[in-house]
Amino acid sequence: MIQQLWNKLTDHIDPVLFALVTLITVLGLMVLYSAANEAMGRVVGQSQKVMVAIVVMFVLANLSPTFIARFAVPLYLIGIVLLLGVAVGGEVIKGARRWLKLPLIGNIQPSEIMKIAVPLILAWYFDKHEGAINWKNFLVAGLLVAIPFALIVRQPDLGTALLVGACGFYILYLAGLDWRIIVGGGLIAAISFAAAWEFNWLHDYQKERVMTVFNPSLDAQDAGWHTIQAAIAIGSGGLIGKGWLSGTQTHLEFLPEKHTDFIVAVYGEEFGLIGVLVLLVIYVLLIGRCMLIAMRAQTLFGRLMAGTFGLMFFTYTFVNIGMVTGMLPVVGVPLPFVSFGGTAMMTLFIAVGMLMSIATHRKLLAT
Amino acid sequence: MKELRNREQEVFWFQRRVFVAAVFMLLCFALLLGRFIYLQLVKHEHFERLAEANRIDVQPEVPNRGIITDRNGIVLASNFSAYTLELNPQKIPNLDATIERLATLVDISQRDRRRFKRLYEEFRSAESLPLKSRLSDEEVARIAANRFQLPGVEIKARLFRQYPMGDVASHVIGYIGRISQREKERIEAQGLSAEYKGSDYIGKSGIELTYEKDLRGTAGAVEVEVDASRRVMRQLSRKASISGNNLQLSLDIRLQRLAEEAFTDRRGALVAIEPSTGDILAFVSKPGFDPNLFVDGIDPQSWEALRDSLDKPMLNRPLQGAYPPGSTYKPFMALMAQEFGIRTREQAIADPGFFRLGNGYWRDDKVGGHGMVNLPKSIAVSCNTYYYQLGAELDIDEWSGFMRQFGFGQKTGVDIDGELTGTLPTREWKAKRFPKDPKVHVGDQVSLGIGQGFNAFTPLQLAYATAILANNGVAFRPHLVKRVQDAKSGDSQLTQPEPAYTIKLKPEHIQAVKEGLQGVVLEGTSASVFKGAKYTSGGKTGTAQAFNLRGQKYVESQVDERSRDHSWYITFAPLDKPQIAMAVFVENGGFGARAAAPIARKVLDAYFDQAALDANWKGFLAQKRDTKAEP
Repeated sequence: MIQQLWNKLTDHIDPVLFALVTLITVLGLMVLYSAANEAMGRVVGQSQKVMVAIVVMFVLANLSPTFIARFAVPLYLIGIVLLLGVAVGGEVIKGARRWLKLPLIGNIQPSEIMKIAVPLILAWYFDKHEGAINWKNFLVAGLLVAIPFALIVRQPDLGTALLVGACGFYILYLAGLDWRIIVGGGLIAAISFAAAWEFNWLHDYQKERVMTVFNPSLDAQDAGWHTIQAAIAIGSGGLIGKGWLSGTQTHLEFLPEKHTDFIVAVYGEEFGLIGVLVLLVIYVLLIGRCMLIAMRAQTLFGRLMAGTFGLMFFTYTFVNIGMVTGMLPVVGVPLPFVSFGGTAMMTLFIAVGMLMSIATHRKLLAT
Repeated sequence: MKELRNREQEVFWFQRRVFVAAVFMLLCFALLLGRFIYLQLVKHEHFERLAEANRIDVQPEVPNRGIITDRNGIVLASNFSAYTLELNPQKIPNLDATIERLATLVDISQRDRRRFKRLYEEFRSAESLPLKSRLSDEEVARIAANRFQLPGVEIKARLFRQYPMGDVASHVIGYIGRISQREKERIEAQGLSAEYKGSDYIGKSGIELTYEKDLRGTAGAVEVEVDASRRVMRQLSRKASISGNNLQLSLDIRLQRLAEEAFTDRRGALVAIEPSTGDILAFVSKPGFDPNLFVDGIDPQSWEALRDSLDKPMLNRPLQGAYPPGSTYKPFMALMAQEFGIRTREQAIADPGFFRLGNGYWRDDKVGGHGMVNLPKSIAVSCNTYYYQLGAELDIDEWSGFMRQFGFGQKTGVDIDGELTGTLPTREWKAKRFPKDPKVHVGDQVSLGIGQGFNAFTPLQLAYATAILANNGVAFRPHLVKRVQDAKSGDSQLTQPEPAYTIKLKPEHIQAVKEGLQGVVLEGTSASVFKGAKYTSGGKTGTAQAFNLRGQKYVESQVDERSRDHSWYITFAPLDKPQIAMAVFVENGGFGARAAAPIARKVLDAYFDQAALDANWKGFLAQKRDTKAEP
């Protein structure tokens, strides 16, 4: 009886994926405890959000990919409508219009929905046209990415826009977008970035963030402060780190955003290069597992979704760590499964749930 | 079948793309790892240093400044700890608005505001300038409660210098003040920055200036761990500051105060020296000033009042005022005449009341003259004719050579900065000073003989010369600091009373002069002032011309108060074994016997009656308490 129930519960849980995600999450809670100066409250709050996210993950894992695919169009449309709503009547917080106040539901950030909705609709779209995909389909798909991208850029939220855009691009890439277009598009993107810089299409704070990557001491008290203090935290950690709960940069408040975007600096300070190596290996294994699921998936929808999520995890991780270590501009991207915050955690676990659904439902479709 | 192959083909293409992506991702991760290796291994030491610099703050520990007491241990300068309200001009965009806002919380007087403005103009780049000192606990609480609305406003516990005796002995003690830009540069040039770390104050005048090195002590340092908002988390290490050395002055503040009181509202100077040691017992410069005004920066109004006053309260008269000695020069002239062998004790002249030489004519004070005048009498009655004659006979360079031994026209080497040299005329001096009339004329010498003319000595020099004379030619350098006490070990270093030098003089020559000086007190020019004194003393009155009458007769009532003659009196007592030697100078006081001698009498009376001196001192303390309690 119990055995049956256990089987029923774990049937659609990918053990490797779950183990890796749990490992990172627990590690994240440990670092969070240190970053919160040993206050349990934040850790408890975050744990609760993780629990809810795991339940959602479990539900999604048990749904078949075909069923999930049915939500592609409505979710995308709802997302677009909400983004339009934000543009018209969104809440302005810290100079950006990102939040929408909805009756009954409360404050939501519609751009977050797009992180799932964009890959979902593209995977659904390509899957529908499987076997006869031509340049027109890519054009339509490109348009499906461009609309939310443009809306999110306008908020302005360059970080999320780039992530949404990246997810869209990954699907196009995995769906077989011509190499020439990829290279050509890359060139055009570079040129248009230069143009945007030259003709002031970017907001000042965005330009500043880009600038400070190249020279953090440019504005030590403001934009560069984050990067400098993070570099000091990580660098002073050395090979073995200062020990858990013993990071001076962390505990004396020199490190800003230490619970959220800059949490890897806390980790680097307290656990050193060895700790960092362990963390990077776990991420590589996690992403590797996603790519394996993608390769084993038996529908185009599954392949595209799993591959895109794997690349999405990679992008989050790379952009976050890249910005904290001063290699990339400071854009608001959290470290997956570690940074404090419920929304990102939920998005990530939804992706994990869908990955599990794809991984565990393939046998049913084998015939 | 074709479709299936197509499908396989598609999966193959897909897997190839995944493979490319995987390679790309691994490269990116390698890049991240490389970055961590760079930060955590290659640049580890650099960042560790920065992290330590972030976390560790070295805060200077300001040393206690040494205490100054008088010879009996009465405190003249001390420190007290108080809260001050300080503003950091660098962090306050609108100073006026902030001051207005603060004025709603605590009372800020116009004087405070003016003083702050003056400080701000002088020290624009300072990080902290006091607005109001000595806050009460309640005021501290009120500001602290509103602190978050007042960036750049700080409450600091500071040590303040306090001069409990107010203007008594103000010219001796001097005062401290904020370190000026020039002083700061000097401190840096001398490599003393470490010792002044955290301290904003430095000795500006008097003992506070001269003994700055002893008094200031050495700054300590406390290493603390701070958080990003510079809040102190814990102390890591501490190098304690070393307090400055305490100074015990030779001054008897009771005698000093009594002497100052004896001047009433007259301007002048008084220096009393213990001849057998060189201890300065009293060092008066009237008027004085309240050194407490300077401690925290003086407000412009008070400063202008002190600076512009005709009474020149900031002038240290005994040290920096040089005046002709008048007849107080005569005893030294008489001693020299004997030593040079051109006069004897008994040798007498007939004084007709004037002295004539060639076309020159010099009048004695007494119409008709003093009759037959020998050496002691010449001093007792202050016979000008005797000294006109003597002056005319001397060689100016031999003359000044003798007087130099008594310290005339020389720096005495007293331990307080800013001493004036004065003028002891020589041939060389005359030629240099008056290139158009370089010769020393006989007429010049006649004037110099009675202590007028080019002669210009400080009251300190006169007191020193009197002390040497009283001590039969044995000179002890006058000093204000008797003992330097190491604040930590308690070891004290006594200023050793060793004779600086001895002037070779014949005892009988000194005796003859002292006889004359006794005559002054018993039957001469100050006899009426010293009637009934319970001690023996020798003295000499003097009157210095404040300005040249060009042969006109001097009638006091017709001359403006500030152009009147200066009044001198030198004295020592008791006669046989002198314990105190003194010079009193009263600016525009008129005849010596009238203004200066009575002050000398009061001081000597008190000096030889310690009970009366104590009673007078207690009266002063009681009066001080009362005036303090009143407002």
